[in-house]
Amino acid sequence: MKAYSENYFQKTGMERPLAPRETRWREGWRLLKRNRLAFAGLVIFILFFLIALAGLFLTSGTKPVFDPAVVRLEEKLRPPLSNAKLEILSSDRVPRLGLYLFGTDELGRDVFSRMLQGAWVSLTVGFVAVGIAVLIGILLGGISGYYGQNAMRADQIFLGAVLLLSGGLVLMGITFFGVVLLCVGGVLLVFFQWVKKRASKGVETAWTRFLWMRAISIDTLIMRFVDIMLCFPSFFLILTVVALLPASIYNIMIVIGLTSWMGTTRFVRAEFLSLRDQDFVTAARALGVSNWRIIFRHMIPNAIAPVLVSATISIATAILTEAGLSFLGLGVPPPHATWGNILSDGKNFIFDAPWLTFIPGVAILIVVLSFNLFGEGLRDILNPRLRERS
Amino acid sequence: MLSFIARNSIQKVITLFFVSVISFLVIYLAPGEPSQVDPLNPKFTPEMVERFRQQFHLDQPLYVQYAFFYGDLFTGKTVSWKDNQPVLKKVWERFKNSLWLFVVGTLLTWTLSFPIGIRSAIFRGGMYDRSATFFSYLLISIPGFFFAYVLIILVVTTLHVPVIDMETFGLGDPPWYRWIMDRVWHLLLPSLLGATGGIAVLSRYVRSQMMEVESQDYVRTARAKGVPEEQVHYKHALRNALLPFVTMFGLILPGLIGGSVIIESIFAWPGMGRMAYEAILARDYPIVLTVNFISAVLVLIGTFISDVLYMVVDPRIRL
Repeated sequence: MKAYSENYFQKTGMERPLAPRETRWREGWRLLKRNRLAFAGLVIFILFFLIALAGLFLTSGTKPVFDPAVVRLEEKLRPPLSNAKLEILSSDRVPRLGLYLFGTDELGRDVFSRMLQGAWVSLTVGFVAVGIAVLIGILLGGISGYYGQNAMRADQIFLGAVLLLSGGLVLMGITFFGVVLLCVGGVLLVFFQWVKKRASKGVETAWTRFLWMRAISIDTLIMRFVDIMLCFPSFFLILTVVALLPASIYNIMIVIGLTSWMGTTRFVRAEFLSLRDQDFVTAARALGVSNWRIIFRHMIPNAIAPVLVSATISIATAILTEAGLSFLGLGVPPPHATWGNILSDGKNFIFDAPWLTFIPGVAILIVVLSFNLFGEGLRDILNPRLRERS
Repeated sequence: MLSFIARNSIQKVITLFFVSVISFLVIYLAPGEPSQVDPLNPKFTPEMVERFRQQFHLDQPLYVQYAFFYGDLFTGKTVSWKDNQPVLKKVWERFKNSLWLFVVGTLLTWTLSFPIGIRSAIFRGGMYDRSATFFSYLLISIPGFFFAYVLIILVVTTLHVPVIDMETFGLGDPPWYRWIMDRVWHLLLPSLLGATGGIAVLSRYVRSQMMEVESQDYVRTARAKGVPEEQVHYKHALRNALLPFVTMFGLILPGLIGGSVIIESIFAWPGMGRMAYEAILARDYPIVLTVNFISAVLVLIGTFISDVLYMVVDPRIRL
């Protein structure tokens, strides 16, 4: 389509099409600034992001600026803001600035450096876990909302079951049967294609009719799966899996992500179901736009708002879950500091060294609070019903 | 109604079957053999491992193990791998302890959040509403284990009451009133902590429900015809706002078992959550699977009850 020039409007005397006076982002920004709590949440969130990023660079490497691993047994359990005793420390163990901003723990490690190191863990666990959950949610919810009414044929279900089973067998270590089953699946795939090709020539028997029986719709299948996943007590399931797997930060992210996608799936499905019948989608389909393009260019941008809100709030939940796991000693393995395990180590000295409990506790509280406030604010901003009233 | 119940129960049973399969697979396919429960123990000779594997059918294929496990579970024959105690008996013991926390926590949640939410909705936008909103966000965001330690410090240093465990250790045989007070003090903190999240969420929900109903036409009509304000709020609005909460009675059921692993560990409360946590650490699979199964059953019963209740209270839903 060609853009109309200024000349065109003057010549024809037509009025310029009226664009909305404010763009969507501008309007959102204005509303956000008015909602003071949400705005504070956003500011804290950005600050936290910068601190975590700085923490990653300042505490890693061979010669970090703030070394979280230096043990100074002479200087254990020093209160916050106390100066290092320079006369008893060798020069390479003196903390930066010569002072313990947040005190030291029971091994004399600088709590400030450890908090900096832990910030990155909280941030990445929150974002990666929720990223996984949102991706699965959009994928499954999108399929079930868009293609939901298409029933799966019996042959497809059979093929899927064979392939899934073979994959499972290979994963379980029964490689031989797995590979055999995989080959069977491949042969079946070719066979079904052949049956289809023959049937298209008009040969239809009871056998092909059985194979193409409309068994169950994809929508039902996915939603029942969501129901099944919702039956598991989530923290307990996460705890079980994390305890059984080798301790690593990636496992925690993946497990939290894999157990928290159900809400997003339901959201996206509901949005897609209502969007699918709207005129702009029908128009796009009439123009011959492909399914994938309709989904990604037309439907997802319209369905993303509630997903973003729930994702922001899930990040808060994921950070809390990670902290809880670290607190129980099942989180990131020990030499690495996280806010949860600083608190967990500090709880034994709660009366002698309360800062070991309060500093990480308050830090988690502030970060989680900021995510919650920003998420709720976002929900109000994106809700047009509330917007008109204000 | 009957057909709804029948259809729903069949669906729930199928769901339960898949839950049992998935939880079984998750636990048995995880790396690490259950027979290596205690690899460092010198008494655990290879012969013993072999006997252990035979005793619990661990040398059979997976689907046979599955059948054995759930067969034993339904006939009540499952035993813990750690101490050979029947699992159901152990679960029942711990369940009785958790029940106390659950009952007190639920009472606290439901009695506190309704007045808070209703007052917020009536005086919306005011000082009370705004501070209640902020506090509820604060309570949602505070990590439970941190809050627990803050409360413990407060109570122990200011009131000098011991709060850890179910009763004070070495209390002996005190007069009954001392005993009751001791129990109450030990019960109060963990159940309050278990209730904080619930109070925060439920009071927000009550507030939004109440505001939704109060903006409807019939409430305006009631005001216009001169019904006193008290009656508008409590007779016209509240009754209709209560509708969705009836269904939530079913949904609190899973809380019976989930409880809180973290809170029970901190307070050394011998409840379900802590038993499950210890079982996970010890790789005592029968207990882990049983707790998982029971909680899935509770979730399903809970949703079932809430569906049925919704149909009973709201005639518009009835099909």
